Amino acid sequence: MTTAQGPDSVQDEQAKYTVDLPQRYRFDFVFATATWIATAIGLVVLAILLIDILTDGTGRLSLNFLSNNPSSRPALAGVRPALFGTLWLLALTTLFAFPIGVGAGIYLEEFAADNRLTQFIEINISNLAGVPSIIYGLLGLAFFVRVMAPITGGRSVLSGALTLALLVLPIIIVATRESLRTVPNSLRQAGLALGATKWQVIWEQILPLAFPGILTGTILALSRAIGETAPLIVIGAATFITTIPGGLQDRFTALPIQIYDWVSRPKVEFHRNAAGAIIVLMVVLLLMNATAVFLRNKYQKARQL
Amino acid sequence: MQSDHAIGSSAGTTNSSNVILQAENVSVFYGSFKAVRDVNMNIAKNQVTAFIGPSGCGKSTLLRCFNRMNDLVAGARVEGRINFRGQNLYDEKFSRQLEEVRRQIGMVFQKPNPFPKTIYENITFGARINGYQGNMDELVETSLRKVALWDEVKDKLRQSGLSLSGGQQQRLCIARALAIAPEVLLMDEPCSALDPISTLRIEDLIQELKQNYTIVIVTHNMQQASRVSDMTAFFNVEIDKGGRIGNLVEYDLTQKIFQSPSQKATQEYVSGRFG
Repeated sequence: MTTAQGPDSVQDEQAKYTVDLPQRYRFDFVFATATWIATAIGLVVLAILLIDILTDGTGRLSLNFLSNNPSSRPALAGVRPALFGTLWLLALTTLFAFPIGVGAGIYLEEFAADNRLTQFIEINISNLAGVPSIIYGLLGLAFFVRVMAPITGGRSVLSGALTLALLVLPIIIVATRESLRTVPNSLRQAGLALGATKWQVIWEQILPLAFPGILTGTILALSRAIGETAPLIVIGAATFITTIPGGLQDRFTALPIQIYDWVSRPKVEFHRNAAGAIIVLMVVLLLMNATAVFLRNKYQKARQL
Repeated sequence: MQSDHAIGSSAGTTNSSNVILQAENVSVFYGSFKAVRDVNMNIAKNQVTAFIGPSGCGKSTLLRCFNRMNDLVAGARVEGRINFRGQNLYDEKFSRQLEEVRRQIGMVFQKPNPFPKTIYENITFGARINGYQGNMDELVETSLRKVALWDEVKDKLRQSGLSLSGGQQQRLCIARALAIAPEVLLMDEPCSALDPISTLRIEDLIQELKQNYTIVIVTHNMQQASRVSDMTAFFNVEIDKGGRIGNLVEYDLTQKIFQSPSQKATQEYVSGRFG
């Protein structure tokens, strides 16, 4: 602050800076353009896929397509068992994965001591989120279909849902923990300092704030689950079935299986059926994501009050 | 605007009958690191006791031992005894009922931390979870009146606690703590995030509250300590081979600490020569 050095040395110091704004602006422009191109490539690829599917499949969409069973005649074939199978899987997977995943997330984030065992469990859960889905299929086949056959009924919709629940569990656990972590610690302290137990603080103050994030994570995980084909093929979902599951132990198929079956047939008409089934699957996904956005907005409003 | 606070004339020495909190050879560790060593002090009922000292001297750490909030820090450990009405808070008996300890010894934090809920719910949360049987509407009103916030918020009890100004939020937090009928209120730099006018209002409030509550306040602001407290404890940091250890240098009437302290370090600190 004090000028032990004269104004000359200030100018000397100034001279050491080459500001060169035009050059820096050029870099700004280059990087802005590069990120724009990256975005555009993603969008264009997505658009091409969508247009391709829509041109192939829209013609097949009708109420009959939704209510008909598969058939060897492409024009009569429909997705009824696959659609209902997918909805069954969705409901059952949510039923198993949501409480267990959120519960485990709450335990690990709020209750578990931060020691080596917890860290070890943490690393393993993160790794499980990256395990190829076909591995889960093999596990499902060995355990749910074979070992637990008396309960699950073998290659049933229950076995399928349990397998998918295992698949999405790590994602839900990680999403739960991350949303819990966004809630400021000062609120936990405030609650505990008022004589609340840990659970009272979590239930009344922390979970309501973390809930929108937990919900978004869960629905994204479920969206992944209902698009899965490999694990269901491994556990032996039916590719040709004309009944919809009436109970947990019934055989089932699902939209991705139906799509896989139709595209692997030589007749072009079946390929158009596959495109139609893809549209149905995408609508189910869109509805799920819309629900997620709706619920999130609702709870976020409650949070801001 | 600023009222003249009569300082500690009635305080006198802390004879054992009105001692509510008592630290006996208290040392606090974080893992193997010793943060505070060998504190001995008696805190008298219905008085304001201020903890002052430079950063890292352990005054907040010690404060958080009085309602066992330090238990929340992983690896925190306390040696010695902290007696609350003669009973050691670190006994096994209290370890199984920390919630009841914290209900009786409330805490207000450095940064106002109202729940992101309505003003009304901010007050009722503590009462509800602690099984309050009385009338909630009355409790909300009396608690808010105690902190002189009622007139400002009585028409917007259903609005978010976060819609209030910083000073109002802090008074809401004090009201929330009072709503569960504590005997002691621990305040950890309650004004450090507030503007001067809000600060004065809180200081006035502290003077009023000591009629019914015992207040222990940590502050960086020496004027604040001299304005609001009856007793002042000066903590310092000593650099040891083990690291920086906080210790209690001098504990006496606030008047004495600020006018004729017996320790040279206290004299230097309160006259602003370091810290």
